[in-house]
Amino acid sequence: MRSFYGVTLSSPLMLGTAQYPSPAVLQEAFRASGASVATVSLRREGGQGQAFWDIIRALGVHILPNTAGCHSAREAITTAQMARELFETNWIKLEVIGHADTLQPDPFGLLEATEALAADGFEVFPYTTEDQVLAARLLEAGAQVLMPWGAPIGSGLGLNNRYGLRTLRAAFPDVPMVIDAGLGLPSHAAEALELGFDAVLLNTAVAQAGDPAAMARAFGLAAQAGALARAADPMAPRDMAQPSTPVIGKAWL
Amino acid sequence: MADVTVIGAGVAGLWAAWACAQAGLTPRLLDRTGPPGPHGCSWWAGGMLAPFCEGAVAEPAIVTHGQTAATAWAEVTEVTHRGSLVVALERDRGELDRFARRTEGHETLTNTVQDLEPDLPGPRSALHFPAESHLDPRRALADLVAALAERGVAIERTSATPQDIAGPVIDARGLAAALPGLRAVRGEMLVLRAPDIHLTRPIRLLHPRHPLYIVPRADSVYMLGATQIESADRRGVSARAILELLSAAYALDPRFAEAEVLETGADLRPAFADNVPRVIRRGRVLHLNGLFRHGYLMAPALAQQAVACLTTGQKGDLVHED
Repeated sequence: MRSFYGVTLSSPLMLGTAQYPSPAVLQEAFRASGASVATVSLRREGGQGQAFWDIIRALGVHILPNTAGCHSAREAITTAQMARELFETNWIKLEVIGHADTLQPDPFGLLEATEALAADGFEVFPYTTEDQVLAARLLEAGAQVLMPWGAPIGSGLGLNNRYGLRTLRAAFPDVPMVIDAGLGLPSHAAEALELGFDAVLLNTAVAQAGDPAAMARAFGLAAQAGALARAADPMAPRDMAQPSTPVIGKAWL
Repeated sequence: MADVTVIGAGVAGLWAAWACAQAGLTPRLLDRTGPPGPHGCSWWAGGMLAPFCEGAVAEPAIVTHGQTAATAWAEVTEVTHRGSLVVALERDRGELDRFARRTEGHETLTNTVQDLEPDLPGPRSALHFPAESHLDPRRALADLVAALAERGVAIERTSATPQDIAGPVIDARGLAAALPGLRAVRGEMLVLRAPDIHLTRPIRLLHPRHPLYIVPRADSVYMLGATQIESADRRGVSARAILELLSAAYALDPRFAEAEVLETGADLRPAFADNVPRVIRRGRVLHLNGLFRHGYLMAPALAQQAVACLTTGQKGDLVHED
Protein backbone atom coordinates (compact mmCIF):
# COMPACT_ATOMS: atom_id res chain seq x y z
CA MET A 1 0.00 0.00 0.00
CA ARG A 2 1.26 3.49 -0.79
CA SER A 3 1.93 5.43 2.39
CA PHE A 4 0.11 8.55 3.53
CA TYR A 5 2.69 11.16 4.42
CA GLY A 6 4.99 8.39 5.61
CA VAL A 7 2.31 6.45 7.47
CA THR A 8 1.46 2.95 6.27
CA LEU A 9 -2.05 2.01 7.29
CA SER A 10 -2.98 -1.35 8.72
CA SER A 11 -6.32 -1.36 6.92
CA PRO A 12 -7.59 0.35 3.76
CA LEU A 13 -10.74 1.44 5.60
CA MET A 14 -11.21 4.92 7.03
CA LEU A 15 -14.41 5.74 8.92
CA GLY A 16 -16.15 8.97 9.78
CA THR A 17 -17.43 9.51 13.31
CA ALA A 18 -20.68 11.43 12.77
CA GLN A 19 -24.32 10.32 12.93
CA TYR A 20 -23.94 7.14 14.95
CA PRO A 21 -26.80 6.26 17.32
CA SER A 22 -24.36 6.62 20.23
CA PRO A 23 -20.63 6.76 20.95
CA ALA A 24 -20.87 3.16 22.20
CA VAL A 25 -22.11 2.04 18.78
CA LEU A 26 -19.36 4.06 17.13
CA GLN A 27 -16.72 2.29 19.23
CA GLU A 28 -18.21 -1.07 18.35
CA ALA A 29 -18.15 -0.21 14.63
CA PHE A 30 -14.47 0.68 14.79
CA ARG A 31 -13.62 -2.51 16.66
CA ALA A 32 -15.60 -4.67 14.24
CA SER A 33 -14.17 -3.09 11.10
CA GLY A 34 -10.50 -2.79 11.96
CA ALA A 35 -10.58 0.70 10.41
CA SER A 36 -7.21 2.42 10.63
CA VAL A 37 -8.27 6.06 10.47
CA ALA A 38 -11.05 8.08 12.09
CA THR A 39 -12.11 11.37 10.62
CA VAL A 40 -13.56 13.95 12.96
CA SER A 41 -15.21 17.29 12.39
CA LEU A 42 -15.03 20.25 14.72
CA ARG A 43 -16.77 22.99 12.87
CA ARG A 44 -20.08 22.78 14.67
CA GLU A 45 -18.91 21.93 18.16
CA GLY A 46 -17.74 25.47 18.91
CA GLY A 47 -14.51 24.16 20.42
CA GLN A 48 -16.48 22.40 23.17
CA GLY A 49 -16.52 18.82 21.91
CA GLN A 50 -13.84 17.63 24.36
CA ALA A 51 -15.74 14.67 25.77
CA PHE A 52 -16.54 13.30 22.32
CA TRP A 53 -13.04 13.94 21.01
CA ASP A 54 -11.65 11.98 23.95
CA ILE A 55 -13.80 9.05 22.84
CA ILE A 56 -12.35 9.36 19.31
CA ARG A 57 -8.79 9.51 20.65
CA ALA A 58 -9.44 6.41 22.73
CA LEU A 59 -10.22 4.42 19.56
CA GLY A 60 -6.47 4.04 19.12
CA VAL A 61 -6.50 4.76 15.37
CA HIS A 62 -4.99 7.60 13.34
CA ILE A 63 -7.06 10.76 13.58
CA LEU A 64 -7.78 12.74 10.46
CA PRO A 65 -9.55 15.98 11.40
CA ASN A 66 -11.67 17.49 8.65
CA THR A 67 -13.00 20.87 7.68
CA ALA A 68 -16.54 19.63 6.98
CA GLY A 69 -19.07 22.43 6.70
CA CYS A 70 -16.57 25.03 5.47
CA HIS A 71 -17.66 26.99 2.41
CA SER A 72 -14.57 29.10 1.82
CA ALA A 73 -10.81 28.69 1.85
CA ARG A 74 -10.51 31.09 4.74
CA GLU A 75 -12.98 29.17 6.91
CA ALA A 76 -11.25 25.91 6.07
CA ILE A 77 -7.82 27.30 6.95
CA THR A 78 -9.02 28.56 10.33
CA THR A 79 -10.69 25.24 11.08
CA ALA A 80 -7.54 23.36 10.06
CA GLN A 81 -5.44 25.45 12.44
CA MET A 82 -7.84 24.75 15.27
CA ALA A 83 -7.76 21.04 14.43
CA ARG A 84 -3.98 20.93 14.50
CA GLU A 85 -3.94 22.37 17.98
CA LEU A 86 -6.69 20.11 19.28
CA PHE A 87 -5.48 16.83 17.84
CA GLU A 88 -1.75 17.53 17.60
CA THR A 89 -1.54 16.28 14.04
CA ASN A 90 -0.54 17.89 10.76
CA TRP A 91 -3.04 15.75 8.90
CA ILE A 92 -6.08 17.58 7.63
CA LYS A 93 -8.86 16.36 5.38
CA LEU A 94 -9.61 19.50 3.47
CA GLU A 95 -13.22 20.06 2.51
CA VAL A 96 -14.25 23.31 0.89
CA ILE A 97 -17.87 22.93 -0.10
CA GLY A 98 -18.94 24.69 -3.26
CA HIS A 99 -22.59 23.80 -3.45
CA ALA A 100 -24.97 23.45 -0.52
CA ASP A 101 -27.20 20.82 -2.10
CA THR A 102 -24.71 18.48 -3.79
CA LEU A 103 -21.95 19.29 -1.28
CA GLN A 104 -19.52 19.11 -4.16
CA PRO A 105 -16.08 20.57 -3.60
CA ASP A 106 -15.27 24.11 -4.68
CA PRO A 107 -12.15 23.49 -6.79
CA PHE A 108 -10.91 27.06 -6.56
CA GLY A 109 -11.27 27.40 -2.81
CA LEU A 110 -9.80 23.94 -2.40
CA LEU A 111 -6.70 24.84 -4.37
CA GLU A 112 -6.24 28.09 -2.50
CA ALA A 113 -6.56 26.41 0.90
CA THR A 114 -4.32 23.50 -0.10
CA GLU A 115 -1.57 25.89 -1.10
CA ALA A 116 -1.84 27.90 2.12
CA LEU A 117 -2.03 24.88 4.41
CA ALA A 118 0.78 22.94 2.71
CA ALA A 119 3.00 26.03 3.02
CA ASP A 120 2.11 26.12 6.70
CA GLY A 121 3.32 22.56 7.27
CA PHE A 122 -0.01 20.75 7.05
CA GLU A 123 -0.27 17.33 5.43
CA VAL A 124 -3.30 17.91 3.29
CA PHE A 125 -5.84 15.29 2.18
CA PRO A 126 -7.96 17.32 -0.27
CA TYR A 127 -11.52 16.15 -0.89
CA THR A 128 -11.83 16.67 -4.62
CA THR A 129 -13.71 15.62 -7.73
CA GLU A 130 -12.16 13.13 -10.18
CA ASP A 131 -10.97 16.02 -12.37
CA GLN A 132 -7.44 15.33 -13.55
CA VAL A 133 -6.43 18.92 -14.14
CA LEU A 134 -7.49 19.89 -10.64
CA ALA A 135 -5.64 16.87 -9.28
CA ALA A 136 -2.42 18.03 -10.94
CA ARG A 137 -2.87 21.52 -9.51
CA LEU A 138 -3.51 20.19 -6.01
CA LEU A 139 -0.32 18.12 -6.18
CA GLU A 140 1.62 21.17 -7.41
CA ALA A 141 0.17 23.13 -4.51
CA GLY A 142 1.71 20.69 -2.07
CA ALA A 143 -0.83 17.91 -1.50
CA GLN A 144 0.74 14.46 -1.51
CA VAL A 145 -2.53 12.56 -1.15
CA LEU A 146 -5.80 12.94 -3.07
CA MET A 147 -9.31 12.11 -1.96
CA PRO A 148 -11.52 11.94 -5.04
CA TRP A 149 -15.22 11.49 -4.43
CA GLY A 150 -17.13 8.40 -5.39
CA ALA A 151 -20.43 10.28 -5.43
CA PRO A 152 -21.92 13.22 -3.49
CA ILE A 153 -21.52 13.03 0.30
CA GLY A 154 -24.16 10.89 1.95
CA SER A 155 -25.72 9.75 -1.35
CA GLY A 156 -24.65 6.10 -1.18
CA LEU A 157 -24.47 5.93 -4.97
CA GLY A 158 -21.05 4.30 -5.17
CA LEU A 159 -18.54 5.10 -7.91
CA ASN A 160 -20.43 7.52 -10.10
CA ASN A 161 -17.78 8.00 -12.75
CA ARG A 162 -15.71 4.85 -13.12
CA TYR A 163 -14.08 6.09 -16.28
CA GLY A 164 -12.94 9.33 -14.63
CA LEU A 165 -11.67 7.56 -11.53
CA ARG A 166 -9.80 4.96 -13.58
CA THR A 167 -8.09 7.67 -15.64
CA LEU A 168 -7.23 9.64 -12.52
CA ARG A 169 -5.68 6.54 -10.95
CA ALA A 170 -3.67 5.86 -14.10
CA ALA A 171 -2.54 9.46 -14.47
CA PHE A 172 -0.87 9.63 -11.05
CA PRO A 173 0.32 6.10 -10.33
CA ASP A 174 2.51 7.09 -7.37
CA VAL A 175 0.04 9.29 -5.52
CA PRO A 176 -1.85 7.67 -2.65
CA MET A 177 -5.57 8.11 -3.23
CA VAL A 178 -8.61 7.55 -1.06
CA ILE A 179 -12.11 7.30 -2.46
CA ASP A 180 -14.03 9.57 -0.15
CA ALA A 181 -17.78 10.02 0.01
CA GLY A 182 -20.77 8.52 -1.71
CA LEU A 183 -20.16 4.87 -0.92
CA GLY A 184 -23.29 3.00 0.10
CA LEU A 185 -22.37 -0.67 -0.04
CA PRO A 186 -19.35 -2.82 0.72
CA SER A 187 -19.22 -3.79 -2.95
CA HIS A 188 -18.51 -0.12 -3.74
CA ALA A 189 -15.51 -0.26 -1.41
CA ALA A 190 -14.25 -3.47 -2.97
CA GLU A 191 -14.59 -1.94 -6.41
CA ALA A 192 -12.62 1.15 -5.38
CA LEU A 193 -9.75 -0.98 -4.13
CA GLU A 194 -9.94 -3.20 -7.23
CA LEU A 195 -9.51 -0.07 -9.34
CA GLY A 196 -6.24 0.54 -7.54
CA PHE A 197 -7.25 3.14 -4.98
CA ASP A 198 -5.43 2.81 -1.69
CA ALA A 199 -8.26 3.24 0.75
CA VAL A 200 -11.88 4.26 1.13
CA LEU A 201 -13.43 6.71 3.54
CA LEU A 202 -17.10 6.55 4.44
CA ASN A 203 -19.46 7.51 7.23
CA THR A 204 -23.18 7.50 6.51
CA ALA A 205 -23.32 3.98 5.05
CA VAL A 206 -22.06 2.58 8.35
CA ALA A 207 -23.39 5.08 10.89
CA GLN A 208 -26.97 4.93 9.60
CA ALA A 209 -27.12 1.21 8.92
CA GLY A 210 -29.55 -0.76 11.05
CA ASP A 211 -26.55 -2.58 12.56
CA PRO A 212 -23.58 -0.22 12.22
CA ALA A 213 -21.03 -2.66 13.66
CA ALA A 214 -22.01 -5.43 11.23
CA MET A 215 -21.96 -3.01 8.30
CA ALA A 216 -18.58 -1.65 9.39
CA ARG A 217 -17.19 -5.19 9.46
CA ALA A 218 -18.62 -5.84 5.99
CA PHE A 219 -16.91 -2.70 4.67
CA GLY A 220 -13.63 -3.68 6.32
CA LEU A 221 -13.73 -7.13 4.73
CA ALA A 222 -14.78 -5.76 1.34
CA ALA A 223 -11.98 -3.20 1.29
CA GLN A 224 -9.49 -5.92 2.18
CA ALA A 225 -10.93 -8.20 -0.50
CA GLY A 226 -10.58 -5.42 -3.07
CA ALA A 227 -6.98 -4.78 -2.07
CA LEU A 228 -6.14 -8.49 -2.26
CA ALA A 229 -7.77 -8.78 -5.66
CA ARG A 230 -5.88 -5.79 -6.98
CA ALA A 231 -2.58 -7.20 -5.77
CA ALA A 232 -3.42 -10.57 -7.31
CA ASP A 233 -3.60 -9.02 -10.81
CA PRO A 234 -7.16 -9.69 -11.91
CA MET A 235 -7.95 -11.10 -15.34
CA ALA A 236 -9.12 -8.73 -18.04
CA PRO A 237 -12.71 -9.08 -19.21
CA ARG A 238 -13.06 -10.94 -22.51
CA ASP A 239 -15.78 -11.27 -25.09
CA MET A 240 -14.76 -14.82 -25.95
CA ALA A 241 -16.09 -17.57 -23.74
CA GLN A 242 -13.37 -19.88 -22.49
CA PRO A 243 -14.41 -23.03 -20.68
CA SER A 244 -12.30 -23.61 -17.60
CA THR A 245 -12.41 -27.34 -18.34
CA PRO A 246 -11.40 -28.31 -21.87
CA VAL A 247 -14.09 -30.13 -23.79
CA ILE A 248 -11.81 -31.85 -26.25
CA GLY A 249 -11.92 -35.60 -25.80
CA LYS A 250 -15.39 -35.55 -24.34
CA ALA A 251 -18.49 -36.75 -26.11
CA TRP A 252 -19.65 -33.26 -26.94
CA LEU A 253 -20.84 -33.94 -30.47
CA MET B 1 -36.71 13.32 59.53
CA ALA B 2 -36.23 12.46 55.87
CA ASP B 3 -35.55 8.87 54.74
CA VAL B 4 -33.72 9.97 51.62
CA THR B 5 -32.37 13.19 50.15
CA VAL B 6 -32.80 13.91 46.45
CA ILE B 7 -30.47 16.49 44.92
CA GLY B 8 -31.56 18.12 41.69
CA ALA B 9 -35.10 19.20 40.80
CA GLY B 10 -35.07 18.49 37.10
CA VAL B 11 -37.27 15.82 35.62
CA ALA B 12 -35.10 13.01 37.05
CA GLY B 13 -34.93 14.42 40.59
CA LEU B 14 -38.63 15.29 40.71
CA TRP B 15 -39.52 11.79 39.60
CA ALA B 16 -37.11 10.29 42.10
CA ALA B 17 -38.72 12.28 44.92
CA TRP B 18 -42.19 11.39 43.67
CA ALA B 19 -41.37 7.67 43.41
CA CYS B 20 -39.96 7.79 46.95
CA ALA B 21 -43.14 9.42 48.24
CA GLN B 22 -45.25 6.83 46.40
CA ALA B 23 -43.23 4.08 48.05
CA GLY B 24 -44.00 5.48 51.49
CA LEU B 25 -40.62 7.14 52.06
CA THR B 26 -40.19 10.72 53.18
CA PRO B 27 -37.88 12.49 50.74
CA ARG B 28 -36.12 15.83 51.01
CA LEU B 29 -35.64 17.60 47.69
CA LEU B 30 -32.76 20.02 47.18
CA ASP B 31 -31.78 22.12 44.18
CA ARG B 32 -29.12 24.77 43.88
CA THR B 33 -31.40 27.01 41.79
CA GLY B 34 -34.77 26.13 43.28
CA PRO B 35 -37.84 25.02 41.31
CA PRO B 36 -37.55 23.93 37.65
CA GLY B 37 -36.88 26.73 35.16
CA PRO B 38 -34.78 27.77 32.19
CA HIS B 39 -31.59 26.82 34.09
CA GLY B 40 -32.28 23.11 33.65
CA CYS B 41 -32.36 21.09 30.45
CA SER B 42 -35.75 19.57 31.38
CA TRP B 43 -37.21 23.00 30.65
CA TRP B 44 -36.28 22.78 26.99
CA ALA B 45 -37.61 19.31 26.25
CA GLY B 46 -40.13 18.44 23.59
CA GLY B 47 -42.34 16.28 25.78
CA MET B 48 -42.86 13.48 23.29
CA LEU B 49 -43.53 10.12 24.90
CA ALA B 50 -42.54 8.20 21.79
CA PRO B 51 -40.75 4.98 22.74
CA PHE B 52 -41.37 3.27 19.40
CA CYS B 53 -40.09 6.14 17.27
CA GLU B 54 -37.03 6.51 19.50
CA GLY B 55 -36.37 2.81 18.89
CA ALA B 56 -35.24 3.65 15.35
CA VAL B 57 -31.86 4.57 16.82
CA ALA B 58 -32.03 4.06 20.59
CA GLU B 59 -31.17 0.90 22.52
CA PRO B 60 -34.03 -1.57 23.24
CA ALA B 61 -34.12 -0.50 26.93
CA ILE B 62 -35.54 2.86 25.82
CA VAL B 63 -38.37 1.19 23.90
CA THR B 64 -39.20 -1.22 26.73
CA HIS B 65 -39.17 1.22 29.65
CA GLY B 66 -40.45 4.13 27.60
CA GLN B 67 -43.74 2.32 27.11
CA THR B 68 -44.55 2.78 30.79
CA ALA B 69 -44.00 6.55 30.72
CA ALA B 70 -47.40 7.74 29.48
CA THR B 71 -49.32 5.86 32.19
CA ALA B 72 -46.93 7.02 34.90
CA TRP B 73 -47.15 10.66 33.82
CA ALA B 74 -50.94 10.53 33.52
CA GLU B 75 -51.10 10.15 37.32
CA VAL B 76 -49.59 13.60 37.82
CA THR B 77 -50.23 15.67 34.70
CA GLU B 78 -52.27 15.88 31.55
CA VAL B 79 -51.06 13.49 28.87
CA THR B 80 -52.39 13.64 25.32
CA HIS B 81 -52.86 10.16 23.92
CA ARG B 82 -53.16 10.85 20.21
CA GLY B 83 -50.22 8.89 18.85
CA SER B 84 -47.60 10.43 16.63
CA LEU B 85 -46.93 10.74 12.93
CA VAL B 86 -43.72 10.27 10.99
CA VAL B 87 -43.52 11.82 7.54
CA ALA B 88 -40.94 12.47 4.85
CA LEU B 89 -40.82 14.75 1.85
CA GLU B 90 -41.57 12.94 -1.41
CA ARG B 91 -37.89 13.06 -2.39
CA ASP B 92 -36.94 11.23 0.81
CA ARG B 93 -39.56 8.52 0.61
CA GLY B 94 -36.85 5.90 1.19
CA GLU B 95 -36.26 7.34 4.67
CA LEU B 96 -39.82 6.49 5.63
CA ASP B 97 -39.46 2.86 4.53
CA ARG B 98 -36.23 2.57 6.45
CA PHE B 99 -37.79 4.08 9.58
CA ALA B 100 -40.66 1.59 9.25
CA ARG B 101 -38.24 -1.34 9.08
CA ARG B 102 -36.48 -0.21 12.24
CA THR B 103 -39.46 0.48 14.45
CA GLU B 104 -42.47 -1.34 15.85
CA GLY B 105 -45.93 -0.26 16.80
CA HIS B 106 -46.83 1.61 13.63
CA GLU B 107 -49.27 1.43 10.77
CA THR B 108 -48.61 2.83 7.32
CA LEU B 109 -51.04 5.49 6.17
CA THR B 110 -51.42 5.87 2.43
CA ASN B 111 -53.62 8.76 1.35
CA THR B 112 -55.26 8.77 4.78
CA VAL B 113 -52.86 11.09 6.60
CA GLN B 114 -55.38 13.92 6.47
CA ASP B 115 -58.04 11.76 8.12
CA LEU B 116 -55.88 11.99 11.23
CA GLU B 117 -54.42 15.48 10.77
CA PRO B 118 -56.75 17.34 8.40
CA ASP B 119 -54.62 20.47 8.61
CA LEU B 120 -51.35 18.86 7.55
CA PRO B 121 -50.93 19.94 3.93
CA GLY B 122 -48.15 17.95 2.32
CA PRO B 123 -47.49 14.33 2.85
CA ARG B 124 -49.73 11.67 1.33
CA SER B 125 -48.14 8.87 3.28
CA ALA B 126 -46.93 8.57 6.83
CA LEU B 127 -46.26 6.17 9.66
CA HIS B 128 -48.75 6.37 12.49
CA PHE B 129 -47.69 5.25 15.97
CA PRO B 130 -51.09 5.06 17.71
CA ALA B 131 -49.76 4.06 21.15
CA GLU B 132 -47.53 7.12 21.57
CA SER B 133 -48.37 10.25 23.56
CA HIS B 134 -47.11 13.68 24.42
CA LEU B 135 -47.25 16.22 27.22
CA ASP B 136 -46.33 19.81 27.90
CA PRO B 137 -43.01 19.52 29.76
CA ARG B 138 -43.17 22.78 31.69
CA ARG B 139 -46.67 22.06 32.84
CA ALA B 140 -45.64 18.52 33.75
CA LEU B 141 -42.77 19.81 35.88
CA ALA B 142 -45.09 22.29 37.63
CA ASP B 143 -47.66 19.54 38.24
CA LEU B 144 -45.01 17.29 39.74
CA VAL B 145 -43.81 20.10 41.98
CA ALA B 146 -47.40 20.69 43.09
CA ALA B 147 -48.04 16.98 43.70
CA LEU B 148 -44.91 16.81 45.84
CA ALA B 149 -45.94 19.94 47.75
CA GLU B 150 -49.24 18.26 48.56
CA ARG B 151 -47.24 15.45 50.16
CA GLY B 152 -45.31 18.04 52.16
CA VAL B 153 -42.17 17.90 49.98
CA ALA B 154 -40.89 21.38 49.13
CA ILE B 155 -37.84 22.20 47.04
CA GLU B 156 -35.11 23.56 49.28
CA ARG B 157 -32.70 25.91 47.60
CA THR B 158 -29.17 24.87 48.49
CA SER B 159 -26.05 23.92 46.62
CA ALA B 160 -25.33 20.89 48.81
CA THR B 161 -23.57 17.93 47.20
CA PRO B 162 -23.95 14.26 48.25
CA GLN B 163 -20.87 14.53 50.50
CA ASP B 164 -22.56 17.25 52.55
CA ILE B 165 -25.52 15.06 53.42
CA ALA B 166 -25.87 12.11 55.78
CA GLY B 167 -27.95 9.05 54.97
CA PRO B 168 -29.19 7.79 51.61
CA VAL B 169 -28.87 10.25 48.74
CA ILE B 170 -30.26 10.25 45.23
CA ASP B 171 -28.05 12.46 43.11
CA ALA B 172 -29.96 13.71 40.07
CA ARG B 173 -27.90 16.79 39.26
CA GLY B 174 -27.29 15.94 35.62
CA LEU B 175 -24.02 17.30 34.22
CA ALA B 176 -23.21 19.03 37.52
CA ALA B 177 -22.63 15.58 39.03
CA ALA B 178 -19.60 15.25 36.72
CA LEU B 179 -19.68 11.45 36.72
CA PRO B 180 -17.02 9.54 34.82
CA GLY B 181 -18.18 8.77 31.27
CA LEU B 182 -20.92 11.39 31.38
CA ARG B 183 -20.81 13.83 28.49
CA ALA B 184 -22.85 16.77 27.22
CA VAL B 185 -24.85 16.64 24.00
CA ARG B 186 -26.01 20.06 22.93
CA GLY B 187 -29.60 20.54 21.78
CA GLU B 188 -31.29 23.59 20.27
CA MET B 189 -35.00 24.27 19.88
CA LEU B 190 -37.56 26.91 18.97
CA VAL B 191 -41.03 27.74 20.21
CA LEU B 192 -43.45 29.27 17.71
CA ARG B 193 -47.02 30.48 17.80
CA ALA B 194 -48.86 29.66 14.59
CA PRO B 195 -52.58 30.39 14.93
CA ASP B 196 -53.18 29.33 11.30
CA ILE B 197 -51.94 25.82 11.92
CA HIS B 198 -53.91 23.15 13.74
CA LEU B 199 -51.89 20.05 14.47
CA THR B 200 -52.90 17.76 17.29
CA ARG B 201 -50.06 15.27 17.66
CA PRO B 202 -46.26 15.27 17.38
CA ILE B 203 -44.97 15.08 13.84
CA ARG B 204 -41.50 13.93 12.91
CA LEU B 205 -40.05 14.90 9.60
CA LEU B 206 -37.39 12.49 8.40
CA HIS B 207 -34.77 14.36 6.45
CA PRO B 208 -31.30 13.15 5.52
CA ARG B 209 -29.69 16.31 6.83
CA HIS B 210 -32.16 18.21 8.98
CA PRO B 211 -34.53 15.91 10.85
CA LEU B 212 -37.19 17.80 12.77
CA TYR B 213 -39.99 17.16 15.18
CA ILE B 214 -42.89 19.44 15.93
CA VAL B 215 -44.81 19.06 19.16
CA PRO B 216 -48.13 20.90 19.53
CA ARG B 217 -48.88 22.66 22.80
CA ALA B 218 -51.91 24.65 23.95
CA ASP B 219 -52.90 27.96 22.29
CA SER B 220 -51.44 27.24 18.83
CA VAL B 221 -47.94 26.97 20.25
CA TYR B 222 -45.49 24.56 18.63
CA MET B 223 -42.16 23.34 19.83
CA LEU B 224 -39.62 22.65 17.09
CA GLY B 225 -36.66 20.45 17.91
CA ALA B 226 -33.95 19.61 18.08
CA THR B 227 -30.33 19.58 17.11
CA GLN B 228 -27.96 17.01 18.57
CA ILE B 229 -24.37 18.16 18.68
CA GLU B 230 -21.47 16.50 20.49
CA SER B 231 -20.54 19.64 22.33
CA ALA B 232 -20.60 21.25 25.76
CA ASP B 233 -21.06 24.69 24.22
CA ARG B 234 -23.46 26.64 26.45
CA ARG B 235 -24.04 29.58 24.16
CA GLY B 236 -27.49 30.43 22.82
CA VAL B 237 -29.05 28.92 19.72
CA SER B 238 -26.91 29.22 16.60
CA ALA B 239 -28.21 30.93 13.48
CA ARG B 240 -27.58 27.71 11.63
CA ALA B 241 -29.81 25.71 13.96
CA ILE B 242 -32.63 28.24 13.57
CA LEU B 243 -32.17 28.19 9.81
CA GLU B 244 -32.27 24.42 9.64
CA LEU B 245 -35.19 23.91 11.99
CA LEU B 246 -37.27 26.61 10.32
CA SER B 247 -36.40 25.46 6.81
CA ALA B 248 -37.49 21.94 7.64
CA ALA B 249 -40.71 23.22 9.24
CA TYR B 250 -41.34 25.43 6.24
CA ALA B 251 -40.84 22.49 3.90
CA LEU B 252 -43.42 20.56 5.89
CA ASP B 253 -45.95 23.40 6.07
CA PRO B 254 -45.21 26.80 4.47
CA ARG B 255 -47.60 28.48 6.91
CA PHE B 256 -44.86 28.19 9.54
CA ALA B 257 -43.21 31.12 7.76
CA GLU B 258 -45.91 33.37 9.24
CA ALA B 259 -45.48 32.06 12.78
CA GLU B 260 -44.36 34.24 15.67
CA VAL B 261 -41.08 33.11 17.21
CA LEU B 262 -41.75 33.03 20.94
CA GLU B 263 -38.59 31.49 22.22
CA THR B 264 -35.32 29.93 21.27
CA GLY B 265 -33.55 27.55 23.62
CA ALA B 266 -30.24 25.75 23.84
CA ASP B 267 -29.00 23.47 26.57
CA LEU B 268 -26.92 20.40 27.25
CA ARG B 269 -28.24 16.88 27.69
CA PRO B 270 -26.27 14.60 30.00
CA ALA B 271 -25.51 11.25 28.35
CA PHE B 272 -23.46 8.12 28.84
CA ALA B 273 -21.65 6.44 25.94
CA ASP B 274 -24.63 4.23 25.01
CA ASN B 275 -27.11 7.10 25.47
CA VAL B 276 -29.07 4.97 27.97
CA PRO B 277 -29.76 6.42 31.44
CA ARG B 278 -28.36 4.75 34.51
CA VAL B 279 -28.78 4.38 38.22
CA ILE B 280 -25.25 4.08 39.54
CA ARG B 281 -24.95 2.78 43.11
CA ARG B 282 -21.96 4.04 45.04
CA GLY B 283 -22.43 3.10 48.67
CA ARG B 284 -25.22 5.23 50.15
CA VAL B 285 -25.46 7.41 47.03
CA LEU B 286 -27.54 6.53 44.00
CA HIS B 287 -26.71 8.57 40.92
CA LEU B 288 -29.59 8.99 38.46
CA ASN B 289 -28.16 10.39 35.29
CA GLY B 290 -27.60 10.26 31.54
CA LEU B 291 -31.21 10.73 30.46
CA PHE B 292 -29.98 12.20 27.16
CA ARG B 293 -32.97 13.09 24.97
CA HIS B 294 -35.20 10.73 26.93
CA GLY B 295 -35.80 12.69 30.13
CA TYR B 296 -39.60 12.54 30.12
CA LEU B 297 -39.66 9.12 28.52
CA MET B 298 -37.27 7.47 30.95
CA ALA B 299 -37.51 9.41 34.25
CA PRO B 300 -40.46 7.38 35.62
CA ALA B 301 -38.84 3.99 34.98
CA LEU B 302 -35.43 5.18 36.17
CA ALA B 303 -36.94 6.57 39.37
CA GLN B 304 -38.81 3.30 39.97
CA GLN B 305 -35.60 1.32 39.66
CA ALA B 306 -33.76 3.71 41.97
CA VAL B 307 -36.41 3.41 44.65
CA ALA B 308 -36.56 -0.38 44.31
CA CYS B 309 -32.80 -0.46 44.68
CA LEU B 310 -33.03 1.76 47.75
CA THR B 311 -35.83 -0.10 49.53
CA THR B 312 -35.29 -3.75 48.60
CA GLY B 313 -31.81 -3.79 47.06
CA GLN B 314 -33.40 -5.03 43.85
CA LYS B 315 -31.14 -4.44 40.87
CA GLY B 316 -33.03 -3.51 37.72
CA ASP B 317 -31.49 -3.49 34.26
CA LEU B 318 -30.71 0.24 34.48
CA VAL B 319 -28.83 -0.13 37.78
CA HIS B 320 -25.04 -0.25 37.66
CA GLU B 321 -22.65 -0.80 40.57
CA ASP B 322 -19.65 1.45 40.72
